Amino acid sequence: MAWMDIFRANKPSTAQLAKERLQVIVAHQRAGALHAPDYLPKLQKELLEVIRKYVAVGEDAVNIEVERDGDTEILELNITVPSSKN
Amino acid sequence: MAKIIVVTSGKGGVGKTTTSASFATGLAQAGHKTVVIDFDVGLRNLDLIMGVERRVVFDFINVIAGEATLKQALIKDKRVENLYILAASQTRDKDALTEAGVARVIDELSKDFEYIVCDSPAGIEKGALLAMHFADEALIVTNPEVSSVRDSDRVLGILSSKTARAKSGESVREHLVITRYDANRVARGEMLSVEDVKDILAIPLLGVIPESKDVLNASNQGSPVISLPDVQAAEAYKDMVARFLGEERAHRFLDPSSKGFLNRLFGG
Ligand SMILES: Nc1ncnc2c1ncn2[C@@H]1O[C@H](COP(=O)(O)OP(=O)(O)OP(=O)(O)O)[C@@H](O)[C@H]1O
Ligand SMILES: [Mg+2]
Repeated sequence: MAWMDIFRANKPSTAQLAKERLQVIVAHQRAGALHAPDYLPKLQKELLEVIRKYVAVGEDAVNIEVERDGDTEILELNITVPSSKN
Repeated sequence: MAKIIVVTSGKGGVGKTTTSASFATGLAQAGHKTVVIDFDVGLRNLDLIMGVERRVVFDFINVIAGEATLKQALIKDKRVENLYILAASQTRDKDALTEAGVARVIDELSKDFEYIVCDSPAGIEKGALLAMHFADEALIVTNPEVSSVRDSDRVLGILSSKTARAKSGESVREHLVITRYDANRVARGEMLSVEDVKDILAIPLLGVIPESKDVLNASNQGSPVISLPDVQAAEAYKDMVARFLGEERAHRFLDPSSKGFLNRLFGG
């Protein structure tokens, strides 16, 4: 069946795609299941309040994500502030 | 003390009941006094697969509600020594299943049996949660297919957080059982392989059951597939039971059938 691999080479098999999708899904699921951090929405809200004391930002200025890397969890904060032009 | 094993999956229709029936039968055939309980209240199935549907007088819910004794409700298998079945109720709803009630029944069974196999309903609602709540070990039944694998991963999360063992700081021993495996489709890259599923779920593999027409034949007859002679799915289930009991056995039926191309073309 080796000759068939030639046709397969440039296109991943559907099983391969399934596996890649699952790796992402499961990583998210496990990250979420750990502490399903219920403090996250509150943290997000309070951070927004603090930031708003200094800069005018929209509701979605603070973005929080939890990622799992081996045994450690990484809390990723993304804060978008308008660039100060003056 | 009995060992309590839940057969669970999250996703429906992946082979939990088929696996529960064959696994319990295999344990009993190996000489261990075993009871298999149907937790699928409202949609009982196990009685049909075990071929005892006409002998159900009282069920699990009757026992929980105190309307029957355990002795009255346990159905003794006529073909296999050491094997008993506790049917689910067909009419009552899931609310009849209470944690205290389940605890009491399992406690009583523990005095008399070596293995208690709990056939979980699909989903992650009350029935499924109670089926796994008292488990010492879990068979995670998974099909090589994205939604089934994802649901299995969810169930693993629940096993390690919500069960009685998890709450007391112990862990439930997990075993992966891959069912409906089609080695030909895996070879063509159309289906996740055993290695793929193992990589994703990262729990020890107990068995791989091939996709097989014999499973339907078995359920038609009301005889667990493990009891059919000269059948690959039965051999795979026997291997699985032996491994569970501590024997080392190589996994079989993982390679595409050796049938030639023409043979396959004409559906041999
Ligand atoms: N190895 C197999 N090969 C072919 N068909 C199978 C196999 N295992 C199970 N099946 C079929 O899949 C269907 C579902 O099986 P089963 O009832 O055991 O699943 P289940 O997980 O208990 O379902 P539910 O979630 O509804 O309780 C049945 O029709 C059964 O015959
Ligand atoms: Mg079932």
